Amino acid sequence: MRRARSNRESHAESHIEGQGAPASAIAVEARGLTKTFGVNRAVDGIDLTVREGEVFGVLGPNGAGKTTMLQMLATLLPIDSGQAMIFGHDVRREGHAVRQLIGVTGQYASVDEDLTARENLWLFGRLQGLASKTAHATADDLLTRFDLTEAAHRPISQFSGGMRRRLDLAASLITKPALIFLDEPTTGLDPRTRTQMWGTIRDLVAQGCTILLTTQYLDEADELADRIAVIDHGRKVAEGTPDQLKAQIGTSSLRVNLAQSTDTEAAAALAGEVTRDTAVRTASGSGFSIKLGHANQAADVLIALRDRRLDISDATIEQPSLDEVFMALTGRPRHTSEAETETEASRS
Amino acid sequence: MSATTATTTAPDAIRPAARTVQASVPVRDTLVQIRSLAWRALVKMRRNPEQFIDVTAMPVLLTAMFGFMFGGAIAGSRASYLPLLIPGIIAQTTVTACVAAGVQLREDMEKGVFDRFRSLPIARIAPLAGPMTADLARYLLAACVTLTTGVLMGYRPHGGAAGIAAGLGLAVVTGWSLAWIFMWLGTVAKSARSIQGMSMMIMFPLSFLSNALVPVGTLPGWLQTFTKINPVSHVVSAIRDLMNNGTVTAQVGWALLGCAAVVAIFVPLAVRSYSRRL
Repeated sequence: MRRARSNRESHAESHIEGQGAPASAIAVEARGLTKTFGVNRAVDGIDLTVREGEVFGVLGPNGAGKTTMLQMLATLLPIDSGQAMIFGHDVRREGHAVRQLIGVTGQYASVDEDLTARENLWLFGRLQGLASKTAHATADDLLTRFDLTEAAHRPISQFSGGMRRRLDLAASLITKPALIFLDEPTTGLDPRTRTQMWGTIRDLVAQGCTILLTTQYLDEADELADRIAVIDHGRKVAEGTPDQLKAQIGTSSLRVNLAQSTDTEAAAALAGEVTRDTAVRTASGSGFSIKLGHANQAADVLIALRDRRLDISDATIEQPSLDEVFMALTGRPRHTSEAETETEASRS
Repeated sequence: MSATTATTTAPDAIRPAARTVQASVPVRDTLVQIRSLAWRALVKMRRNPEQFIDVTAMPVLLTAMFGFMFGGAIAGSRASYLPLLIPGIIAQTTVTACVAAGVQLREDMEKGVFDRFRSLPIARIAPLAGPMTADLARYLLAACVTLTTGVLMGYRPHGGAAGIAAGLGLAVVTGWSLAWIFMWLGTVAKSARSIQGMSMMIMFPLSFLSNALVPVGTLPGWLQTFTKINPVSHVVSAIRDLMNNGTVTAQVGWALLGCAAVVAIFVPLAVRSYSRRL
């Protein structure tokens, strides 16, 4: 991961040099962005700055206003108040210019169900000014890149969720946009497809794209984003690099299950000694969980258990959950009331 | 970790293109976009052939029904009713067929693919004009099916090939022009179902309270007044003159003028309200 990031940075720099643009070019600049639906202030005065070449993650629960914010920046929803610039173009006044610079991939596949994958890509290529032949070539190229060649001539209705997302992302890349909006790119995907999607997104980054992505998952933001803004109830509650945020949020924990549940008490006590904390017995009674001051302490605990011949059946390190993030950042548990979930659903 | 280095092997594959932007869509690009979206609509029609029922089975049914039922009562015999009826049904079926335009636009707008159209730098009229262009095929099909059914039942148009072609052409133009009313409804209505209802309210009086099925002389005075100002009546009269006699009368002018007025009013309305939905 670190390696990929440094590659990306060096590439982005050389790319910018090639264009002769200043290295600090701003891709997205939003000030006081606001959107109201009835009495609900879905987006409530958000400021955002995304630098060219970076991956910016917007993290928040359902109904926090992430999608609404993204749709305003992508010219899909009118901005109620505030200002937004994309590469120096005013989103409110120069929508047509902005649309030429961005690619948008939404939460739900925005491709035509009645057309095949190849027909979809060809159509979007034609609509964006490619000659018919070029559009075919671009379609085939993207299908290969996104591992969809076998499915090229099948109707979308037969596609799996992961294939739809990939096709959707492919459709956003036809004109090689400088800025890509990804709205919850992996929500609803199974773990394997999710990992594939992450790989795809990293490839884009390595090739110099600027990406603004929204996500509900802390690990996703951590994996992909250079900087993260945490959004709650339409407001920005925190912003920083993943490491900065994690430092604020607290610690990960080690969860161990023992081969023999009779060992649990001794094992929990031992773990407590090693980490100088108190282990919490799990509900099943055959395991415990303990906070880690540092990731290396996980190894210390496991080695200590091994030395005492307390056999474990499995062990996992758990990252702080989004709930813990919200506890840490807002001082109260995140709650997604039903009304909020509904407004989010009706909006999309 | 070493696997991640593979990601940098093709750095030029998706590089952001040079960022020159246009302030608006050139006319030539707009035409390409309309053509591409017309292609999409045609492919969808071909893959959902049940959409053709209203322009194939319906005209046959209407022509046969009215021809056999009313022929004797209205014109004395079926043979003498057909020259009156067939141009009437041609106008009626093309006008009815255009209701589907609004319903389909509404259904389309609710799908994800329209979100993509909105996010693309394309002309705002293209997502509307594309399907409208494809629909020309539907109107032509409706007109031809009606004419063929009529001929099979004994209708003999005396307007010659040019007259018949002009009659069919006028029917297609009428369907296309009036369809913009329903395109506009499609952009303002809440649901596809409500468009269906509203469209029927507009379509039935327009197509039935005209001279399409009966000689106007038999109607009460107030109804005669309505049928005379009803643009569908002018279209029907124009098609009758063209197909039956091969003559271009003033009715053709009135019909075209009516169509032009509808287009001039409803195209801007539809495009504006479609753009507003952004």
